[in-house]
Amino acid sequence: MRAKLYARRRRRNAVAMSLSLVATAIGLGWLVLILGALLWQGLSGVSLKVFTEMTPPPGSDGGLLNPIVGSLIMTGLAVLIGTPVGILAGTYMAEYGRYARTTSVVRFINDILLSAPSIIVGLFIYEIAVATMGHFSALAGALALAVIVVPVVIRTTEDMLLLVPNALREAAAALGMPRAYIIRHVAYRAAKAGIVTGVLLAIARISGETAPLLFTALNNQFWSTNLNAPMASLPAVIFQFALSPYADWQKLAWTGALIITLAVLTLSILARALTATRRQS
Amino acid sequence: MNVAMVNAPQVDRAATDKAGLRERISIRKLDFYYGEGHALKAISLPLYDRKVTAFIGPSGCGKSTLLRVLNRMYDLYPNQRAEGEVLFDGANVLAPKQDLNLLRSRIGMVFQKPTPFPMTIYDNIAFGIRLYERLSKSDVDGRVEESLKRAGLWNEVKDKLQANGLSLSGGQQQRLCIARTVAVRPEVILLDEPCSALDPISTAKIEELIEELKADYTIVIVTHNMQQAARVSEFTAFMYLGELIEFGDTQKIFTSPNDSRTQDYITGRFG
Repeated sequence: MRAKLYARRRRRNAVAMSLSLVATAIGLGWLVLILGALLWQGLSGVSLKVFTEMTPPPGSDGGLLNPIVGSLIMTGLAVLIGTPVGILAGTYMAEYGRYARTTSVVRFINDILLSAPSIIVGLFIYEIAVATMGHFSALAGALALAVIVVPVVIRTTEDMLLLVPNALREAAAALGMPRAYIIRHVAYRAAKAGIVTGVLLAIARISGETAPLLFTALNNQFWSTNLNAPMASLPAVIFQFALSPYADWQKLAWTGALIITLAVLTLSILARALTATRRQS
Repeated sequence: MNVAMVNAPQVDRAATDKAGLRERISIRKLDFYYGEGHALKAISLPLYDRKVTAFIGPSGCGKSTLLRVLNRMYDLYPNQRAEGEVLFDGANVLAPKQDLNLLRSRIGMVFQKPTPFPMTIYDNIAFGIRLYERLSKSDVDGRVEESLKRAGLWNEVKDKLQANGLSLSGGQQQRLCIARTVAVRPEVILLDEPCSALDPISTAKIEELIEELKADYTIVIVTHNMQQAARVSEFTAFMYLGELIEFGDTQKIFTSPNDSRTQDYITGRFG
């Protein structure tokens, strides 16, 4: 009886195990295919020119310098705007307002914002910035990206600060340390790696966003660092070039996609490394 | 000695002379609530200057709660409130206008689990000093050394003051926390089961330290270990279910307590 039951259990286990293996293989398979296609199509186009020349008109030679710089400018600006807002709000929720009713309301709204489709963010910024200013601009693009950064940073800041043991805050308070000091010198210090990881993940998230930029920064075939004018970005250029009928453009789109993927991969690895050092300490 | 008392911890000291004792803190009719829960009931108790007072009693009796009222640690959390009076040098600690940070710089606290800050050993101590005093670098250095010596940790860490405080062993971390508390020169030190996470050797070191510190400080210690209470304290308060059952000379409490519940607890029959 016992042997029979056990044999049945083993058979079931074998079935469940093979099903999960197949599912894993399918998931990983797509990832490998995507990365493979990117490398295959993108790598051949990588050359110094990509980083030194502007996007070309159809049929001629060129690079991706203006969209790369545009992406760096808008991403950088978005992080500059979004990070302080996110960290301060996360700090309020985890420290000052931990037991306040507003905190649970804000957390609920923030979670909705966190999963809001980015095209809605784009439309919103289009309404309040582009429509009122009368033209597309890099500033509006950065603003749209910042709106995506904020909820990510709020979430990680709050989570990481909540992970800091209360015993540490009590110990600091027991020395007569004022609240602001405890937060700045003890809680932030203990949560630093986690918060930085959150910011890195937010950068990774926005560096591939296309929809919000199409409504705000639009695109630019030429070199421009004017924040008050349309600006090129890698995702927007990939979108435009990949859909074009020209072979050179399509090739550049693949190369751009490869660059973004590698940049995001680097950020993710960096974020992982930071989390790992935090666990050790 | 009463036959029933053979299981009680031995007290090696004579009764403390009550003459010349000064009440540093006077707890009067103190009630404490966690939301609706009534955790401390009409506690009245003196804490004498430069003496060690131990709070003993079974888990949940309110001894840690009482300790956390003395430096108003409970203020960090919502829905906790105290009623009554805790007079510290004549002023009521529970008064709303009491400045909490100043109060806590005068009444230091060491916790059950060692809580070094995520910074260097040196900064762990220097940080507290710089909060309330403007000192030159060499004065701070001197104070750090003095505090570490008092905590019996100097010889073990003098060559690695820049190492992270978290790299020390549990016993060393706890002595670092004591050094940190002593460094800000408080007047009262509250110890909340300071040895419960430590091995016997570290425990012995901390008890020696308490013995030395009481020359300068008023010390209150919460402990589950009755031998420890008998060894280190002059006065003992026995608490049960939020009430103070008995307070008196440690020697008296552990040899001829007045209340049968105290006797049952110290002889290990309940709790």
